[in-house]
Amino acid sequence: MEKLCDYFFIYFCPNLMICKNLFIGIAISNKLYIFFFSLLLPSRRVERAMDTLIAQLQRRFCDFTISLYHQGFLDDQFTELKKLQDECSPDFVAEVVTLFFEDCEKLISNMARALDQTGNVDFKLVGSSVHQLKGSSSSVGAKRVKGLCVTLKECCDSQNYEGCVRCLQQVDIEYKTLKAKLQDLFNLEQQIVQAGGRIPQVDI
Amino acid sequence: MAKDGGVSCLRRSEMIGIGIGELESPPLDSDQVHVLAVDDSLVDRIVIERLLRITSCKVTAVDSGWRALEFLGLDDDKAAVEFDRLKVDLIITDYCMPGMTGYELLKKIKESTSFKEVPVVIMSSENVMTRIDRCLEEGAEDFLLKPVKLADVKRLRSYLTRDVKVAAEGNKRKLTTPPPPPPLSSTSSMESSDSTVESPLSMVDDEDSLTMSPESATSLVDSSMRSPGLA
Repeated sequence: MEKLCDYFFIYFCPNLMICKNLFIGIAISNKLYIFFFSLLLPSRRVERAMDTLIAQLQRRFCDFTISLYHQGFLDDQFTELKKLQDECSPDFVAEVVTLFFEDCEKLISNMARALDQTGNVDFKLVGSSVHQLKGSSSSVGAKRVKGLCVTLKECCDSQNYEGCVRCLQQVDIEYKTLKAKLQDLFNLEQQIVQAGGRIPQVDI
Repeated sequence: MAKDGGVSCLRRSEMIGIGIGELESPPLDSDQVHVLAVDDSLVDRIVIERLLRITSCKVTAVDSGWRALEFLGLDDDKAAVEFDRLKVDLIITDYCMPGMTGYELLKKIKESTSFKEVPVVIMSSENVMTRIDRCLEEGAEDFLLKPVKLADVKRLRSYLTRDVKVAAEGNKRKLTTPPPPPPLSSTSSMESSDSTVESPLSMVDDEDSLTMSPESATSLVDSSMRSPGLA
């Protein structure tokens, strides 16, 4: 792929040689038509094509972010976290949510193990783990996960074994769903930055 | 790590360091607000640490009440050995922690001689009136409901400068520094941030404090004018 790109550039658009890596990056992220289109055009046209690409990505980013809030995946604590991100810590939110998901995995596995001890379930342990999970989900703005933790805590307090097991499964599904969605969001951010655009401020 | 300014670049390795409770401030300058944050949850520690750093505080984050007492030198009832190094302007602690709760930590701090004047703020995810009252009766300065937001921390910062000014005047005797120039009014300080360099106590951190984000700029400059001990 690299070699092919080199030949295209050398023979058709020598003036674009310096931008070739950027174009390769864009091509790999599924915008091949822009890549080949840009080979045959003067650079002004290329700039406009890039601007269109950036605008498209930014629109997708805004729509996706808004949908995450409207569907209840995120709440305004997530917005608060974004306020703490700046040029000095550009990946702050991504790093915090990564730690949160690691926390989820650990706590859910602790609770599953405790619930596995049929006949001898340590509800206190389950209770303290779900309390921790509720706390961290609240701190990152993981609204649905937090809601399920509240339900799980209630089942635990009333020592409702079936309820706990069902609820824990839902928590597991929910955090994995959120993880996938946030990964998509961060990928979009990266694509915008790679295309030379700025990540838009989204008003919820 | 080089001298830490108001806004720090918190990398993953630093986050893990905070998580393990190992990350401590290098030898402190007396001119920066130092906060001790106590929370057993890693995620909460990272968030509170960032919230505090963005409002230009130096932060030490620990994961339990015992570690907090250890840090303060209160774990074996001896006074802190290096008082200058252990200058703490605010302690912010979670309420629900395994082992020692925030309430118990609050009591121990208020019983100590060296740290009982330090304001203690309690954080909790539960809005229980009796809990809040108990903490305030025991001497807690404030009670924050989790999840903690930037506005909450900024509020803390604003009453902290009032306390720090009193403490700074006390510290000056220990540090044998010359008396500060009369404080400038806050409007003039906001117009020219070089006013901070006029203070005879100005230290290298001026550059750090001037490079922070706009929203914290006014609060820091305000505080430096009200508490001449800070650069």
